[in-house]
Amino acid sequence: MASAADRLNISSQLEHLQSRHVGTGHADATRHEWAVNIHRDSYASYVGHHAMASYFAVANGESVGRTKYEFTQKMLLPCGLPPELEEE
Amino acid sequence: MVHLYNLTLQKSGGITAAAYGNFSAAKAQEIVVVRNKVIELLRPDDSGRVQTVSSMEAFGVVRSICALRLAGANRDYLCVGSDSGRVVILQFKKERNAFVKVHQETFGKSGCRRVVPGQFVCADPKGRAICLGAMERSKLVYVMNRDNEANLTISSPLEANKSHAITYHMCALDCGLDNPVFAAIELDYGEVDDDPTGEVVAETQKHLTYYELDLGLNHVVRKWSEPIDNGANHLIPVPGGSDGPGGVLVCCENFIIYRHQDHEEVRAVIPRRTSLPGDRGVLIVSSAGHKSKKSFFFLAQSEYGDIYKLSIEYSGDKVSEVKVKYFDTIPPCVSMCVLKTGFLFAASEFGNHALYQFAGIGDDDAVESSSASLMETEQGYEPVFFDPRRLTNLYPIDKIDSLCPILDMQAHNLTEEDTPQLYTLCGTGARSSLRILRQGIGMNELAMSSLPGQPNAIFTVKKKSSDQYDGYIVVSFLNATLVLAIGDTVTEVSDSGILGTTMTLQVCLMNDDSLLQVHAGGLRHIKADKRINEWRTPGRKQISKCTCNSKQVVIALTGGEVIYFELDSAGQLIEVEKLETNGDIACVDIAPVPEGALRSRFLAMGSYDGTVRVMSLNSDDCLQTLAVQALKGSTPSSLLILQTAGTESLQGSLLLNVGMANGVLMRATLDQVSGQLSDMRVRFLGTRAPKLVRTSVRGESALVALSSRPWLGYSEKGTFVLSPISYVALEEVCSFSSEACPEGVVAISNQTLRIASVERLGENFHQTTIKLRYTPRAMSANPDTKMVALIESDQCSVPVGERESPEATSADEASEANGDEDELNMLPVEQYGAPKSSPGTWAACVRIIDPKDAKSQYVLELGKNESAISICHVYLTGPNELLLAVGTAQNLTFAPRNCDGGFIHLYRYGTDSKTLSLVHSTPTEGPVGALCGYRGHLLAGVNNSLRLYDFGKKKLLRKLENRNFPNFITTIHAASDRIYVGDVQESIHFVKYKADEGSMYIFADDTKPAYMTAALPLDFDTLAGADKFGNIFVNRLPKDISEDMDEDPTGGKNIYSQGVLNGAPNKSETCARTFIGETVCALTKGALQPGGIDIIMYGTFLGGIGALVPFQTRSEIDFFITLEMHMRQEASSIVGRDHMAFRSYYAPVKNVIDGDLCEQFGALAPEVQRRIAEDMDRTPGEILKRLEQIRAIAV
Repeated sequence: MASAADRLNISSQLEHLQSRHVGTGHADATRHEWAVNIHRDSYASYVGHHAMASYFAVANGESVGRTKYEFTQKMLLPCGLPPELEEE
Repeated sequence: MVHLYNLTLQKSGGITAAAYGNFSAAKAQEIVVVRNKVIELLRPDDSGRVQTVSSMEAFGVVRSICALRLAGANRDYLCVGSDSGRVVILQFKKERNAFVKVHQETFGKSGCRRVVPGQFVCADPKGRAICLGAMERSKLVYVMNRDNEANLTISSPLEANKSHAITYHMCALDCGLDNPVFAAIELDYGEVDDDPTGEVVAETQKHLTYYELDLGLNHVVRKWSEPIDNGANHLIPVPGGSDGPGGVLVCCENFIIYRHQDHEEVRAVIPRRTSLPGDRGVLIVSSAGHKSKKSFFFLAQSEYGDIYKLSIEYSGDKVSEVKVKYFDTIPPCVSMCVLKTGFLFAASEFGNHALYQFAGIGDDDAVESSSASLMETEQGYEPVFFDPRRLTNLYPIDKIDSLCPILDMQAHNLTEEDTPQLYTLCGTGARSSLRILRQGIGMNELAMSSLPGQPNAIFTVKKKSSDQYDGYIVVSFLNATLVLAIGDTVTEVSDSGILGTTMTLQVCLMNDDSLLQVHAGGLRHIKADKRINEWRTPGRKQISKCTCNSKQVVIALTGGEVIYFELDSAGQLIEVEKLETNGDIACVDIAPVPEGALRSRFLAMGSYDGTVRVMSLNSDDCLQTLAVQALKGSTPSSLLILQTAGTESLQGSLLLNVGMANGVLMRATLDQVSGQLSDMRVRFLGTRAPKLVRTSVRGESALVALSSRPWLGYSEKGTFVLSPISYVALEEVCSFSSEACPEGVVAISNQTLRIASVERLGENFHQTTIKLRYTPRAMSANPDTKMVALIESDQCSVPVGERESPEATSADEASEANGDEDELNMLPVEQYGAPKSSPGTWAACVRIIDPKDAKSQYVLELGKNESAISICHVYLTGPNELLLAVGTAQNLTFAPRNCDGGFIHLYRYGTDSKTLSLVHSTPTEGPVGALCGYRGHLLAGVNNSLRLYDFGKKKLLRKLENRNFPNFITTIHAASDRIYVGDVQESIHFVKYKADEGSMYIFADDTKPAYMTAALPLDFDTLAGADKFGNIFVNRLPKDISEDMDEDPTGGKNIYSQGVLNGAPNKSETCARTFIGETVCALTKGALQPGGIDIIMYGTFLGGIGALVPFQTRSEIDFFITLEMHMRQEASSIVGRDHMAFRSYYAPVKNVIDGDLCEQFGALAPEVQRRIAEDMDRTPGEILKRLEQIRAIAV
């Protein structure tokens, strides 16, 4: 059995991890939080991989510059507004 | 198991980033371009042609680069942000002609991740610091300095993180000698995630943030952060310190705003095209700055390609006005560079790149908007309009071919050549094209004229040895010799002293400027003062073969007598030695006299008994045999000793090349001292015995081998390369040098005389371009008429028929009207782009192309906002003829995919096979993602259902359907009773078709997801597939499952009821997999060598072509696995990416050897080569030979 100190340690470690590595999940993550993270990761990856950005650009008939900009814009709110938090 | 060797045949043409600087030497005007995973140094030569100086595989995705120059230095370093999680500083080493790592500092995880820096990199203009930024949160600043030996030093990183902040762009401010400042456009999303009401989102504001590096305290502070326009996306630093006001120009959608700390904003609108729909913004996508001693200006390009000149009025630190003036229009660029010598390098997003010369700097009266005249009305700011015009300030100088993007590629032999052509769909929008790629170096034909008879030899000679260019072309006929003098024109002359009444065997300029003509009857030595010395053959003998250089002559007489002459100091040809052999001589050769030497040391002699001898020409052992090489089963027909140039690490060597009667070229290394032959390599060139001719490439000696097709052999970075020339078959050839063409050849082909030069070395494919009107999407070759049908569709583009302005005439029509326009000049529509319409509108057409004359035969526009998606030729039972099926979708929109149904249009060919008439259209409820002809039926993928259609009178009749595919069907292939279906997310599915039961069911799928873009059946159980992320894999059905399926009378139908892992009952196995680095859109197979084995070829989205060559023996596999393992250790990536991790980007690399890595072996230092070779129990030569052999299968 882990002692109370250990648990504290673990949770502080987790907190540290979460601040260092954006997107590290936690036990209480909601579906929305998870999806937002995945989407932000994906958009960042599309912008980072030029070939992917140009792939989307060709499909949409837009310039690559515009496509990358739109992807970055979408990182703000990738999955719409977060749902109302239910009081527990 | 399949083992494959992955080899790049043509490097990606697309450029992802570019930086201008002086990298190799002070004042060298150079551009570093990144082609996704390749870093290249380009330099425009004196005539303005852009030459590739050095090209290096990075084995990592390079995302950003910038030039870094230390204060007082005259050369730039290159800072690279990549996916390696490391910052790398490179320096160009001229001696090695390559970039070498100066520093490599690890800071984070590998991969293009959200919070790992590398997306942006910028360097302080004074070279004191660099800053790397990530898409979100992280920024790292490294302080750069120099030590006592003037070496660059790098500090440990200083963090400037701000969590929940998305970064749009970054730049380094010019603030003179004050502390370095980096500016970034940031957007904070921190509170958005917690606010369900949407109020926070509405209020989120982008900020312009200054990060100051305090050099004294050695830390970074967030110095200043101010809200800016929410459309901001791009920053341009303004010169500061003593050169200007400092600060940044923030490019926003529709606006350019000047911002600086303690300065109010100065805003100007970006002029917009009159034709642009009102709801579209104008976004700046690339920019370049130019700074001279007195003034500075910027060029900024919008997403539509319009370049604006931005200039600033200021006094002291106070900016009073920002002006935005329309400059010119060129296709949209990823990156632009202004060269100090007055050139603009434009790296296009898609299609060919270009170099322009400035014809003006925008001093004309073009439309200009200014912050001073900015009008604000109730609807916002008053826009300023302009109409794009033809180039006035820029003048195109050179273009750099790029296949980017390759949307589809198929290997077919439709024009009945000895190897298949690659039909490649390239480009987007108005700059789309079908390019027919043929293997070989392209030749640029400069002149062609017909000759009176059939010549049997051609020579070029200089008039004096000090001359730079050739003076005469000598053409020999059976009973005459024609001498042509090269001046401004080429004219026949008779004062050269050359005997015109006989056939000439050889013409050569001797060391003392005398001319030697060798003819069957003897030698004719024409002195510089036109006195003539004749030497006649003894008795009835005739000269059959001869060879000479500037000091030595060797002749072989009929009957086998060999006589050796040397030019003495008095300018007399003296007979030195004579040798009787016991048979006729087939060929002789001596190398040119090495610089500073008295004579060339070796004579190579081939006889009809199938041997080649190397003889000494030294005075002490003259005409003594030093080495003998027997040729197995053939006789030599042509010989050539080639001195290859050395590199820094490698000494040049002598190569003896032997063209054999059976069409094989043998190459052996000739020991410079002993004359012994070693390291034999053979290569089949063609059906004719190769004739070898000396020429030069890049000032170094090279050879041309004429077989059923011509080949060029030259040394590239210390290795000898033999590549085919894509040109007409040549009978005779000779090197040719004139002012207009310093390194060309003069050749004879079918009674014509041609002067041509090599276009660009290093390109494996020569292309023929056919212009199209929209982005091509797919194609299908007609097996009967050998024509190609293809579909084109474009979103947001006005269909050609509805375009009003005459300037929007599509490129395919315009090029027919005025056939041979200067290829550098763009048509209006190519320059401006097609007219834009709103998203969700489509223009599409079907086209038939005749590859024989490379012409478009028929175009059929599709109306009703349809987009063409799939195409195939199908033989249908019923009409019993070959029809063309085209699958479309109506009102298609993406993300999420949505449409108002689709159609399968069926077309019948006209009697001349050049027209199409619609048979009928069958509506479907979704986009038709894939089509495939199958045993008289048509297979179609509609959304996630696979359907089997039969021909009906009014429309196609749906006979069978399977709706069990996960998402959307993108590929369909069929063989026998199996159908292979690729899903847009879920890899390949194996489907069994039972005709008697009328059923179609999935019996196997894949355990790994793959976003399929292309599939290629390799055999009945095996398929190769490619996905959107750049993986190529080979899936195989396990043998027992395959057999069960065929033997089981129910065809596995009973097992079918119980799926495994939410899928089909059986799973295929991945038997090979690798990561290519960029989206792969096309897979095809074919033999690229006459009589060679089939190889898989792939085309990538950024315009690269590669091959996967199957290994044939176990020992070969073991050899390359070991070599690859050594190479991974010895040749580390220049961006610091771990090779194995790179090739395993999405899933572990399996059974695919990276040929590009293995080929770096030749560039390693000799001692490293030796060490690896010793570990492998071989010699470096043997390893190089193996590498060459496997490459020869593909190239």
